[in-house]
Amino acid sequence: MHIPDGFLDSKTAVATGVLAAAGLGVALRHARRHLPPRRVPLLGLAAAFVFAAQMLNFPVLAGTSGHLIGGVLTAVLLGPSAAVIVISAVLIVQCLMFADGGISALGANIFNMAIIGGTLGWAIYYPVSRVFKGRFGTVLAAAFASWCSTVLAAVACAGELTVAGKARWSVVLPAMAGVHMLIGIGEGLITALVLSAVARARPELLQPERPATARRSYGTVLAYGVLIALGLALFVSPLASKWPDGLDKTAEVLGFQTRAAGPIMPAPIPDYAMPGIHGSVLATSIAGAVGTVVAFVLAWLLARTLAPRTRTENSPSSSPTP
Amino acid sequence: MSPDFLDRYCRLDSPVHRLPAGWKLVAALALVLTVVLLPPAHPLWLGGVAAGLVITAGLSRIPWMFLVRRLLLLEPLVIGVALLALFQPGGGRLFVFLVAKCTLCLLTMVLLANTTPFAELLRVLRGVRVPALLVTTLSLMHRYLFVLADEAQRMRRARLSRTFTARQARSWRTLATVVSQLFIRASERAERIYGAMCARGWR
Repeated sequence: MHIPDGFLDSKTAVATGVLAAAGLGVALRHARRHLPPRRVPLLGLAAAFVFAAQMLNFPVLAGTSGHLIGGVLTAVLLGPSAAVIVISAVLIVQCLMFADGGISALGANIFNMAIIGGTLGWAIYYPVSRVFKGRFGTVLAAAFASWCSTVLAAVACAGELTVAGKARWSVVLPAMAGVHMLIGIGEGLITALVLSAVARARPELLQPERPATARRSYGTVLAYGVLIALGLALFVSPLASKWPDGLDKTAEVLGFQTRAAGPIMPAPIPDYAMPGIHGSVLATSIAGAVGTVVAFVLAWLLARTLAPRTRTENSPSSSPTP
Repeated sequence: MSPDFLDRYCRLDSPVHRLPAGWKLVAALALVLTVVLLPPAHPLWLGGVAAGLVITAGLSRIPWMFLVRRLLLLEPLVIGVALLALFQPGGGRLFVFLVAKCTLCLLTMVLLANTTPFAELLRVLRGVRVPALLVTTLSLMHRYLFVLADEAQRMRRARLSRTFTARQARSWRTLATVVSQLFIRASERAERIYGAMCARGWR
């Protein structure tokens, strides 16, 4: 999903750059205030870990292979702000040392994968893991949130490419969303397997100092929410004229912000009323809704296999939170 | 794994390598932005930029084969995304220009990465007041990237030497265990690094 140089025009590059800088600033500010100094080196090591983990290939079918993306995994293990910093660091190093992902598209990549992938993924993970307690809930929530964050990042990426005028929404949305619905299954599976392996070996690593710090960070949550809503309003909502009720979270955020931020950039597609667009976008959105349900069911089954419910009562990871 | 497996040639000695890192970063950024912002009606400009880059590459004494191989490695990503442009009206022309532009940008970034040590780039970032926490994270990441990559290689070798060819379903579980071990080792290492940093007067 790394956008190379040359695919974004100036307005898209500048807009995503500003959004990414603001999001990274919020994350750094939050980390500076709430992250204990003991955990500062862990950010760098976690970034190196994500980079190294991305080099381990998981065999898929007939010689192809995929790898971990790691946004939700990092967010679950270290918290959302740390995940934004870690994934951004990975993207910066990939861009500067490896030419993987362009420097003019760095803002867009950070926005899609670190900010949407990390914080929105965590925003899905957190309530689900509250509803379903114990390790079962952690695995279920992490797998489901990984799938959602992969697909949402792909939708944002498709929106950026369309606004930049490099591809048509009716083509790029089904292509990106469709491929990433499949990739997301792998991502959810790897995240769940890795998390349950960490929980087996070192359960205390799954309990970051969350209860102590989470109370005072409403401002940070609000800032992330506004940034993501603004990004989606700029790049996605002008294109989807009627967003059906799939992808609940996105719709919620969109509905909340469309009126406020819509007029900043008018819908940039001249051939907006092409007959093909509505059908295919609608079909993709319905597929998205169905896919979300399927992903949740798959995550449920996965969590059932990895963490049988009966054993979570006496497992160390299900300690009650204050 | 050698510590230079990503930017193998950044310690050569050539006129390009000797330029200050800040200049090179700014020049690369400016060049990429120019190429990106050029309207597609100026093929001559792209030719000019390409000639400039080829001359720079020649001056930097980086082996040609290395550059070509690196570009070919990255090109499928570009072409994959560019294919989407073919579905637009006039897509063929757009496709050619996109691929040309992207290749030039890639060449610029590969040249930057292989003529400038990453530590120098970090010094530039620190100089332009990028938040200290981010620079610390980046420098720690760069320092331990190779250590962790090595560790991953070692674990992979150990696993290969102890198992027969794993079946598809099994191998995912095993690989996930390897990834989780990698995280656990990274976090343990982070604890030790914190101790070492404190012992040397950090903060």
